[in-house]
Amino acid sequence: MRIVHIGHETDFSGWRDHARALLGAGIRPEDVVWRVCTEEADLFDVMTRDTGTAPKAKITVPRAFLTDAQMAVCHRDPARFDLLYRLLWRSQDMPGLLANSVDEDVHTLHKLTKAIRRDRHKMHAFVRFREVKGEAEETFVAWFEPEHRITELAAPFFMRRFSNMRWSILTPDCCAHWDRETLTYSEGTTAAQAPDGDELEDLWRGYFRSIFNPARLKVKAMTSEMPKKYWKNLPEADLIEPLIASARALETQMVSAAPTPVKREASYEFSDPCATPADALDTLRREAAGCTLCDHACHATQTVFGEGPADTPLMIVGEQPGDTEDITGRPFTGPAGAVFDEALAGAGLSRDALYLTNAVKHFRFIPKGKTRLHRTPGTAHIDHCRRWLKAERSWIKPRLTLAMGATAIRALHGKTLSVTGAREGFSCFDGGLAFAGLHPAAVLRQTVPEERERAYHTLVSDLARVRQRLEAKENTPA
Amino acid sequence: MASITRLEKLEILADAAKYDASCSSSGSTRRDSRGGKGMGSSEGMGICHAYTPDGRCISLLKVLMTNVCMFDCRFCVNRSSSNVRRARFTPEELATLTTDFYKRNYIEGLFLSSGIIRSPDYTMEQLVGTARILRHRLDFRGYIHLKTIPDADPELIAEAGRLADRVSINVELPTREGLAKFAPEKDDKRIKSTMAVTRARIAQWKDERKKFKSTPRFAPAGQSTQMIVGADGSKDVQILRSSADLYGSYQLKRVYYSAFSPIPDASKDLPPIRPPLMREHRIYQADWLWRFYGFGLDDLSHSMENGMLPLDIDPKLAWALNRRAAFPVDVNKAPKEILLRVPGLGIGSVGKILSARRHTRLRLEHVGRLCRNIKKIRPFIEAADWRPTALTDRADLRDLLAPPAKQLSLAL
Repeated sequence: MRIVHIGHETDFSGWRDHARALLGAGIRPEDVVWRVCTEEADLFDVMTRDTGTAPKAKITVPRAFLTDAQMAVCHRDPARFDLLYRLLWRSQDMPGLLANSVDEDVHTLHKLTKAIRRDRHKMHAFVRFREVKGEAEETFVAWFEPEHRITELAAPFFMRRFSNMRWSILTPDCCAHWDRETLTYSEGTTAAQAPDGDELEDLWRGYFRSIFNPARLKVKAMTSEMPKKYWKNLPEADLIEPLIASARALETQMVSAAPTPVKREASYEFSDPCATPADALDTLRREAAGCTLCDHACHATQTVFGEGPADTPLMIVGEQPGDTEDITGRPFTGPAGAVFDEALAGAGLSRDALYLTNAVKHFRFIPKGKTRLHRTPGTAHIDHCRRWLKAERSWIKPRLTLAMGATAIRALHGKTLSVTGAREGFSCFDGGLAFAGLHPAAVLRQTVPEERERAYHTLVSDLARVRQRLEAKENTPA
Repeated sequence: MASITRLEKLEILADAAKYDASCSSSGSTRRDSRGGKGMGSSEGMGICHAYTPDGRCISLLKVLMTNVCMFDCRFCVNRSSSNVRRARFTPEELATLTTDFYKRNYIEGLFLSSGIIRSPDYTMEQLVGTARILRHRLDFRGYIHLKTIPDADPELIAEAGRLADRVSINVELPTREGLAKFAPEKDDKRIKSTMAVTRARIAQWKDERKKFKSTPRFAPAGQSTQMIVGADGSKDVQILRSSADLYGSYQLKRVYYSAFSPIPDASKDLPPIRPPLMREHRIYQADWLWRFYGFGLDDLSHSMENGMLPLDIDPKLAWALNRRAAFPVDVNKAPKEILLRVPGLGIGSVGKILSARRHTRLRLEHVGRLCRNIKKIRPFIEAADWRPTALTDRADLRDLLAPPAKQLSLAL
């Protein structure tokens, strides 16, 4: 049986040196007794460190174990050094041991580190600084009693947060001090060394009282996160009992109090008469913004209305706005819009010279996590939304219309036609002439590069054909 | 009027702010006060500095700049027709209060909202002004959460995003009809448009940051919103659909649900009820299932009755009881997404099961070490030494697993 003495309660490096030597010497965990020196004198009875016997084999330890061990030594569990050495010993023959959280030792280690992490987190949260009066520089001191010996683990956080402030945190085991340059530690002390109050505490207690909602009393939820053991050093804690005691009465009073009458009702103002087609389109845009004919309108951000000059000969109709369009409020601004812009340029057309709109003006989608999946509009939506398309067309009166995709064809024609069939032309509900073409999103849907290339060329040629027809029409006298 | 003390103002304006549930201070960029002249840090994890007896945490100093408001939203304690006492902080006062609290380690930062006074732009300017003093003059590096005011100038919203860690705007009620009825001056389209602008700005920042490291940050902790549960007649199914839309549409970090709570001087349009806290809790659970456990809206609505989640058992257990055929699952073989559907197994436990089963064939006792309550899980799993046999299909399984019904307290 070997008795090994560790320098002090949280002496991680002492444990590590001993453990390395013991492991090197092949000493089994059950043959080692770990003790912490409590007196200087103890040092003399201590069997000299086994550092002299060089390790026989190379000792490999996962880095995560060292981090965990560093934490675990701060725990008040007297068996912690023993546990760590046993784990180290066992992990030499079982490389995956430390990842096996159902192993009893690993499970215990996890329990220790979890308790330390939690205690450290609570220390970050519940330390309350008090200003020391009469100092030349602003100085703050806090008294805190952590459950474990974690002052050195927790102090660097305060150094980072309050690097331009002089402060000390006093605890029974160890005190930390920051003078705006170096972090130093000293022996533990007593509460008497810390200031007994701070002017701001009245304000803080006032805040604590006011932010509490007496109608939602959940005492257990509070105590599980702020256990009573921490209360004694929290200036706000003595308010808790009275707040709980008066909560029910306050709630009943609020529930049964006579309600205040409603002062006034709201009113909406809408729409104004218009003179020019451009004004009319503006008015329409405003009216359409409030459209709720389809159920999916209330899920979308906004109505994406058409845009372009009112006196253009060409109208291009797409399907419906997508995720990006719903956010920007403008048609064809997403990925399909980028393809569309490129194809327009390829066909020698300019976006500024045409009127661009969609058959359905609200984005229809299914939410999926942080994204939205496009859903094709149904015939009911197309039918509902036709009123806006009709209104747009009645002011623009385009000479030619390009319907991109089946939805646009259905919206303009009233019945379903295939894109291929309608490429050669069809008539719209208002008698206008329209041609069908590929929708830019169809290009994006192709996964094979060659297919995508082919689709893109089809789109460009659909657009180019419209341009040629437009030019030919311009040249023929009406 | 007699002069009002700082304490009185704080009490009025904190009282006015407490109906906002959000108090998170996590998920922002890592930074600290070293090399600066001020104070503050943010290390990823949020910190709750205190808990009030309502079980809510105090992480941020949550106050209104003023509780004077032009609007008359029925559910709100600060509505123009309410008779509460009014007060107002100046941006200077707020900045000092924030740093005074921060230095004493009471808070992680500031959560500032306001009633609407004069105009949306004026109100927003006051909020942004406070953040400006904190960030620029005092070099405050703690957390700032700003409410954005619908219809405020996009430039002000953009500045808010550059100064704050998180911005938010409350949708208030799950349906547009509810909003029209109870908050007649608010318009869900304008609220959503403001969220859309924020989403676009955040996306732009993330995009530009890839090219230029110096791009000013924009609300690095994202945006969030809040919905009130139980003020209007919305069903749980509508609430969950609304929040699914919001998560998907504006990439929100969080949707907070706040059980409608009686307020002093309430409007007569509203039900004088005790807050539906259990309902709020179940909706949060469903929200988690949807965001982290791979549950679809259909899965959730299937176990609802009349559009409402059961109150006595959690939504995952309710789902599993309706899907007995899918159970038991073998903890030693089942893939992650199936394990996530087992009632009682959380993300943490599933992670541990996956890594532990590479080393050991898991027995029931092992699973018990990794989760909180093995009794609840047992009917739905198989382990090396455990088969639930008839237990999974027992007709009274719900009663076995549901917490015992409590006698209601009659004294109100």
